[in-house]
Amino acid sequence: MRGSLYNAIFAAGITLVLACLMLGVRLGAEGTTLAVTGAGADRWGWILAGVGVVFFGQLFANQVDALFGRIPKPNLSALKPQGSSWNTLKPWLLSALVVGLLVWPFMVSRGAVDLATLTLIYIMLGLGLNIVVGLAGLLDLGYVAFYAVGAYTYALLSEYFGFSFWMCLPIAALLAATFGFILGFPVLRLRGDYLAIVTLGFGEMIRILLNNWTSITGGPNGISGIEKPTLFGLEFSRRASEGNQTFHEFFGIDYSSGHKVIFLYLIAVLLVIIVIYLINRLMRMPIGRAWEALREDEIACRSLGLNRTVIKLSAFTLGASTAGFAGCFFAARQGFISPESFIFIESAIILAIVVLGGMGSQIGVILAAIVMTILPELAREFSDYRMLMFGLLMVVMMRWRPEGLVPMKRPHLELK
Amino acid sequence: MSQLLLDVNELTMRFGGLLAVNAVNLKVRNRQIVSIIGPNGAGKTTVFNCLSGFYIPTDGSVLFNGDQLAGLKDFQISRKGLVRTFQHVRLFSKMTVIENMLVAQHRHLNTNLFAGMFKTPSYRRLEQEAMDRAIYWLEEVDLLQHANREAGYLAYGQQRKLEIARCMSTQPELLLLDEPAAGLNPFETKELDQLIIRLRDEHEISVLLIEHDMGLVMGISDHIYVIAQGTPLADGTPDEVKQNPDVIKAYLGES
Repeated sequence: MRGSLYNAIFAAGITLVLACLMLGVRLGAEGTTLAVTGAGADRWGWILAGVGVVFFGQLFANQVDALFGRIPKPNLSALKPQGSSWNTLKPWLLSALVVGLLVWPFMVSRGAVDLATLTLIYIMLGLGLNIVVGLAGLLDLGYVAFYAVGAYTYALLSEYFGFSFWMCLPIAALLAATFGFILGFPVLRLRGDYLAIVTLGFGEMIRILLNNWTSITGGPNGISGIEKPTLFGLEFSRRASEGNQTFHEFFGIDYSSGHKVIFLYLIAVLLVIIVIYLINRLMRMPIGRAWEALREDEIACRSLGLNRTVIKLSAFTLGASTAGFAGCFFAARQGFISPESFIFIESAIILAIVVLGGMGSQIGVILAAIVMTILPELAREFSDYRMLMFGLLMVVMMRWRPEGLVPMKRPHLELK
Repeated sequence: MSQLLLDVNELTMRFGGLLAVNAVNLKVRNRQIVSIIGPNGAGKTTVFNCLSGFYIPTDGSVLFNGDQLAGLKDFQISRKGLVRTFQHVRLFSKMTVIENMLVAQHRHLNTNLFAGMFKTPSYRRLEQEAMDRAIYWLEEVDLLQHANREAGYLAYGQQRKLEIARCMSTQPELLLLDEPAAGLNPFETKELDQLIIRLRDEHEISVLLIEHDMGLVMGISDHIYVIAQGTPLADGTPDEVKQNPDVIKAYLGES
């Protein structure tokens, strides 16, 4: 009891200090000088109430835990039909899901479709980083660099050479993969923390390069007016450019700006499905097994004749190419990119998606990407405290579910 | 006399001021079981690490099938047909037994990404061959009924056997076993004894063995090397070694 009293006082004290700094005082301009203003009485009331909750929560933590322990945990695996019925059901469920994804945008608002497209980009990024971090176990903190490479590939090729989106998509993936290869070659003999630091540096290097190479990348001003993707040459703008036709003219329907949004969404769905399929195959292929094996025991791998450099490099390169894919699409969707879009926080968010979802788990990563992009939108009023909530979410997850939302279940190869 | 498979000359390994292995000579012929014995800390495992490429020896030469091994990386040595196990079991414990067997055959599979994506005929055929080889060796060590279990859940003795089966599926010519009987009960040791003899007689490979279980060593070895404090002490057939006064002194101390 004494221990938990100290603990409670300590926790309440920390809450008080943090809350005072973050919520209690505010820095504002007063004429030409900065001034610190205190919060109003009602906000102080809330802060004190919060401190009280933390104090009593900590004081009775054991009892509360015991109480929660008595609530039976929902057994999710029981919901999943067993054995053969699941196997017959699975293709139906999957096709229903795909049809749902295709039909859904025609029934909701433009904003919702736009948000869904953004979510799909994060799903792609999460799945790509999942190869590197989740499957191969290499901590990469500069993942956003490859995303930037993909985005700038399309932006530059389209601006200077007039390449179309569909042509740039494979080029962006290849170029990002090349960057992954170039970075990976010297650094993959490093492990864990060291690797993380080097990749972090690489991510910053790319961003700073883009920021300062003004003559080509436009520096901090970025590149604007990037062409939108076309459907077999049909454009989605109001008026067609020289020698082209627009989508609404071709089909003889009224122009609607919604068409473009829906079209972009459908491309994103297509890309995500391709990425999911490829990664699913990879996990069942020898290379996928080798990633897993290398993560578990590197020395045993070496003794069995596996070339660890090649295996790690392949994970790095494939992960990078997925980011290149996503980057190319991102540039096309935004129509404008600048180095601001590729700051470290993006890498951190993608990594958080992978960790929250459950390392290596595809469904987990998809769910986490949805949560991470939709929650901030839903909680717009709290946008000042976005990073605070983000941090809180991470702490809560790591405390109660360190293995992620949906822990990884690898497709075990079995003998019939 | 059968052909010379492994020929180690004057192998020396120095860690700073410590001379861990001092001018060790070893010869392993085809279809031979050769043992290295010696007190704890004698440098036996260091010899293994030098042979398998985990350490770069300070001096000396290693010839395997007439080829120099110096300068080759660990995975290249293992691809030449010299494969080792470890003193502590090193399995991929979260993978199934059959997956452990397939990872070992990685280089025999078609690892081309496009072949794997589209399941080309050559990909399927090689995958099937690897599967067949895995099944063959699992049957050989009596683990086939555990094929779908996670390797980490196997009993200790079974893990030891799986490690040997995994090495064998890479189709080696020389198997280096580092204390394979450590932690096994007498019955399992007997089984291991039979397995090693079968590897030599039926599968026609050579085995280089580090072992403390003298019953096992004396029973199956064709030739024994004794090392003490990194230095070769004696070598010969089991009977010769048993009678060597230096060996007795090293093991039992001065009287």
